[in-house]
Amino acid sequence: MAQHFVQPPQWEWYIVSYFFLAGLAGGSYTLGTMLRLWGSRRDEGTARIAFLLAFPLVVVCGIFLTIDLGQPLRFWHMLIDTTPGAGGLNFKYWSPISLGSWALLVFGVFAFISFLEALGYVRRVAINEILGSIVALFLCSYTGVVLSVSNQPVWSDSYAIGGLFVASALSASAALLAWLSHYRSDAASAEPTEERLARADGYFVILEVLMIAAFFMTLSSAGTIGRMLGGPWLIVWILVVLSLVPSLLALAGRRAAWLSGIGAAAVVIVGVFLMRFAVIFGAQF
Amino acid sequence: MPEPVGFFTDTSICIGCKACEVACKEWNQLPGNEPKFMDSFDNTGRLDAQNYRHVKFIDLVPEGPAVVGNGSAWLLMSDICKHCAHASCMEVCPTDAIVKTEYDTVYIQQDVCNGCRDCISACPYGAIGFNERTGTVGKCTMCYDRLQANMTPACAKACPTQSIQYGTLTELHQKADARLATLKAQGYDKASLYGRDDSIYGGLGAFFLLMDKPEVYGLPNAANAGLPSRNNFGGYLNALVVAALGVFAGMMAFRKRSPGESDTDAGVTGGVR
Repeated sequence: MAQHFVQPPQWEWYIVSYFFLAGLAGGSYTLGTMLRLWGSRRDEGTARIAFLLAFPLVVVCGIFLTIDLGQPLRFWHMLIDTTPGAGGLNFKYWSPISLGSWALLVFGVFAFISFLEALGYVRRVAINEILGSIVALFLCSYTGVVLSVSNQPVWSDSYAIGGLFVASALSASAALLAWLSHYRSDAASAEPTEERLARADGYFVILEVLMIAAFFMTLSSAGTIGRMLGGPWLIVWILVVLSLVPSLLALAGRRAAWLSGIGAAAVVIVGVFLMRFAVIFGAQF
Repeated sequence: MPEPVGFFTDTSICIGCKACEVACKEWNQLPGNEPKFMDSFDNTGRLDAQNYRHVKFIDLVPEGPAVVGNGSAWLLMSDICKHCAHASCMEVCPTDAIVKTEYDTVYIQQDVCNGCRDCISACPYGAIGFNERTGTVGKCTMCYDRLQANMTPACAKACPTQSIQYGTLTELHQKADARLATLKAQGYDKASLYGRDDSIYGGLGAFFLLMDKPEVYGLPNAANAGLPSRNNFGGYLNALVVAALGVFAGMMAFRKRSPGESDTDAGVTGGVR
């Protein structure tokens, strides 16, 4: 049984929101790239929406992360070493929070270029999207690794949080993009894209289910599963699991009619937010 | 470079007077938190940015009648930042605000820290706290300013029983070894040194003589004293595998075409309303 005597870092709503929006930004960008790489030309409108979405989201991410700091005006200390006499950049590859700060900045550059491209101001460069997607996937996942690389109960007892966050980020992004496809100027042609995104969401949810299982198995072996399922958290986790059902039903071709459009998207997205809420708050309080 | 210094805290002679807490607050100008009535003589609760020293009162009074052999009643321990040789807080700190001083102590630079609080989630001893007033994190500095003036840290200076001893680690190790041998000779078989050797975070700058197992005092034993970075490999590998599977899943989902749809659906450019 793992022994924990650590104190909670008081990471609350700003961090939950940041982790959630970073997942949506990274997931949307990656799906936009994948739609362009492997989708049909009918998917182009949705790919553009993905790139139009990613940059504003990453800006909000930066704002949330900064506001959460005790000294927000020192946000740049994450990147520049201000220790007297030291100077230079702060890049600690063994510290996920340090890597993540750089990833947020670098992804912001990629997302901005793609944002301008989606608006028609610059030409499309495929390599920008591919490289940007690699950083985007890192952005989705490192937030989970930050939690694991600690001594906090629950977080440090599981290696699966990074994978759980990636799978859920892709799922939520697919649901969001499927819904936003209704607002394309050629919405009538968007149905195949929505079908593809719904299918992808189903696959991502399968990955998410596997990661949830891995997460609880690791907690069980560490003896901290009671902390994650105690009190109100059991109810939250039940809601999270229920939110996965529509995606799985859709994959099996059995989704109810009321779960189309914004209804389905909302269920998936709220479920992903609740999952991050449970993981972050449940380990601390 | 000065020789590494530290604290040897002999819990067997702590009387729980809290002079160390008071002296620490006095010297470091810590206003402290609002006192609380707790489940023992403790009214500070834990180490944090206002309590660099915290005297733990561990109640082991037996529920049933006391008989010979179960007379252990209270364990007292003046807790503090351990100034680990391999410090978890320092490992994760993204700003490099947490540094090793010339005395081999762990120090938080208040003008560098930006209050991200990652160190709080990393410290296995719960020794770091967030200071709402300064917006930074705080913990024991081992009275760095006093060390520079060749003065003994305030807590050790104030301790009336010499439960807290300050000195070079070399001489403190010798004193601790001798004290442990004395206690063992007197029949205190459970007595042990915590952090004296490198099995706990490479050795502790503030190490302890304990009268029971470390976990009884709220200290992780050697098997549980892991650095946060131990989870880097597993965490990233898991994320990488899931990300790769996610990309593969996306490829499988997006390459599939609806009936009548082809890759050359020319003329459909798409856009946003």
